[in-house]
Amino acid sequence: MLHVEKVRKSYREPSGEELRILDIPEFRLATGEQVVLRGRSGCGKTTLLNSIAGLTTVDAGAIRIRDVDITRLPEAGRDRFRARHIGYVFQTFNLLAAFTALENVMLGMTFTGQRRDPKRAAELLEKVGLSHRLHHKPQALSVGEQQRVAVARALANKPLLLLADEPTANIDPAHQQQVIDLLREACLSESVAMLLVTHASEVSDQFERVEYLEQINRVAAA
Amino acid sequence: MSFWKIAWRNMQHRALASTLTGLSMALGVAAVICVIVVHSIVDRQFSQFAQGYHLIVGGKGGAMQMVLSTVYHLDKALYPIPWSYYEQFTEGEYASLTDVAVPYCLGDSFSADDQTFRVVATTPDLFDKIQYTTQADGTPIGYTFRDGRNFKSDQFFEAVIGSVVATHTGLKVGDIFNPTHGIGADGDKHEEFKIVGVLEPTGTANDRALFANMEGFYLLEGHALAPEDKKKQELPDEADYVADLFGWRVALFDGIESSIETDDEAPRYGYNIMGERVAALPESQREVTSILVLCKSDMHAGTLELLINKNPDSVAQAVSPLSQVTKLLGTFVSPIQLVLLVLTILIVLVAAIGIFVSIYNSMNERSRDIAVMRALGASRLAVMLITLFESILLSVCGGLVGIAMGHALIGLASPFVEARTGVALDMFQFDVQELILIPALVVLAALVGFLPALSAYRTDVAKSLN
Repeated sequence: MLHVEKVRKSYREPSGEELRILDIPEFRLATGEQVVLRGRSGCGKTTLLNSIAGLTTVDAGAIRIRDVDITRLPEAGRDRFRARHIGYVFQTFNLLAAFTALENVMLGMTFTGQRRDPKRAAELLEKVGLSHRLHHKPQALSVGEQQRVAVARALANKPLLLLADEPTANIDPAHQQQVIDLLREACLSESVAMLLVTHASEVSDQFERVEYLEQINRVAAA
Repeated sequence: MSFWKIAWRNMQHRALASTLTGLSMALGVAAVICVIVVHSIVDRQFSQFAQGYHLIVGGKGGAMQMVLSTVYHLDKALYPIPWSYYEQFTEGEYASLTDVAVPYCLGDSFSADDQTFRVVATTPDLFDKIQYTTQADGTPIGYTFRDGRNFKSDQFFEAVIGSVVATHTGLKVGDIFNPTHGIGADGDKHEEFKIVGVLEPTGTANDRALFANMEGFYLLEGHALAPEDKKKQELPDEADYVADLFGWRVALFDGIESSIETDDEAPRYGYNIMGERVAALPESQREVTSILVLCKSDMHAGTLELLINKNPDSVAQAVSPLSQVTKLLGTFVSPIQLVLLVLTILIVLVAAIGIFVSIYNSMNERSRDIAVMRALGASRLAVMLITLFESILLSVCGGLVGIAMGHALIGLASPFVEARTGVALDMFQFDVQELILIPALVVLAALVGFLPALSAYRTDVAKSLN
């Protein structure tokens, strides 16, 4: 389902020097598969997620999702593709403070160019146990509740792939497991593949497949 | 969720800043509305005041002064003309061109509660034969009485009053009032008149005047020419005139009987408010301040104006009130309106800059929200539009509130303006220029919102999400 092939990505430093971040010969993810990506800080995990999401362009290589090479899409095309097929859960949840829980989920449907479905948004929130908090704004929700809204928002458009960038980093251990369970169950029930970045071994230990970026990224390995 | 709703929610989220910037826009737009609507009303009202007759004929002097004193009850009256001149319009050389001629005698007033209203001495023809305005379809509208009736020509001390006078003074049908000599509040009190009618509001300066039977007016102290002064009708010095309009005349009230006896005319009689029979002042001892002349046609009016003004021996001048009003508006009102309009538009521009500053300053704190929306699939154009829409919403909402505020202000000011000037301000009257305001605000908002929108467009998603 996801095929990252010969992807290279560099940043230009203020000194003008080129700093290579990614050099990945190959990385694959099957439909519905749940994979943990680990690696030391600064080794390019978030850059890889952003590249897969089409938020960052790569210098070379191909990133195919269901045979669509997003590196060849123009920016507007990548935006549209991301809206329809990729869900993103951030470390800091990134709910929009001006909107209620329901609206935050609806916001995920806004940019697809398709009809918005408030019923599905409500169902997703119900699925994550927030049917009683639909009209509460993020500041009125607990940290755990906020992350559940973020998960519901990421799944709003029935994506093919869910990218989760350290979704438990800001949560206390008691809530960590809830979020992981939620992500796994939600992805399973929606047949969504998941690529989860984490530093926590107690999280990665629960997954069958754990990839270390140092092993798939030649730059990190070096 | 539409982009508009997202923009609206962003606005709501920053409620205080949004309210303040919207309010500044509202105040600016309210000021623009006030200038536009008030000018439109004043323009129309000033033109409307001078409808119903073609010419004003009066003593030689400032044409504008004659219009102001006769039509708007402002400024001092010009020097009067002999009654015999008025008769030229009723039975003399101008009669063939004239349909109706209504004489005016000005110079008295009535004061109540720090407000002074002019007393106009005239004939019942003013209300019976003059149509004060026309409807949109051209149908003429004549004076009607809210209460009572017109004064009768043989009831020398009857009067009718305008609606504003009635409201302000509490005077009603059956009440009496004593006109004051002169147009200040400190003149001598005259004999009393009985109010027999209250006019319906006309939206003209006549709402602020009291109309007395001219026959009674002539019998008041100081209003008649002395018999020996009949030949003394040459114009006095302007300075003398300004010092005391009627001061050169002989007080005759006590000696009316003797003056009648010495006159060759057959005396006419009427009644005072006690029902007693009184003799009218001989016509040879009368003067009029001005004459409203309704001609048989516009062409007749042009001819009459020419005849009067081209006659070097004429003691009078004829003035078209509409041309004077147009001149007045063009010379004084329009330039002032233009200056006010420019000032108020500057206020709107400052408010628009306020919107720019408000949104632009918040771009840093909202860059994360923009990045999240981008991560959720929003294109650069989408986040740019949402920011632009926020600017437009702020501006248009402020503008709509401003339009409502402007009209409310006009409504609040209306009673005061009407009481002071006779100009009726209608808060529900909209001017066509207001239609331009909202599209103009949208364009302005799009301009001031462009830089913040561009900033949203350029937001570095990866950087802002970290």
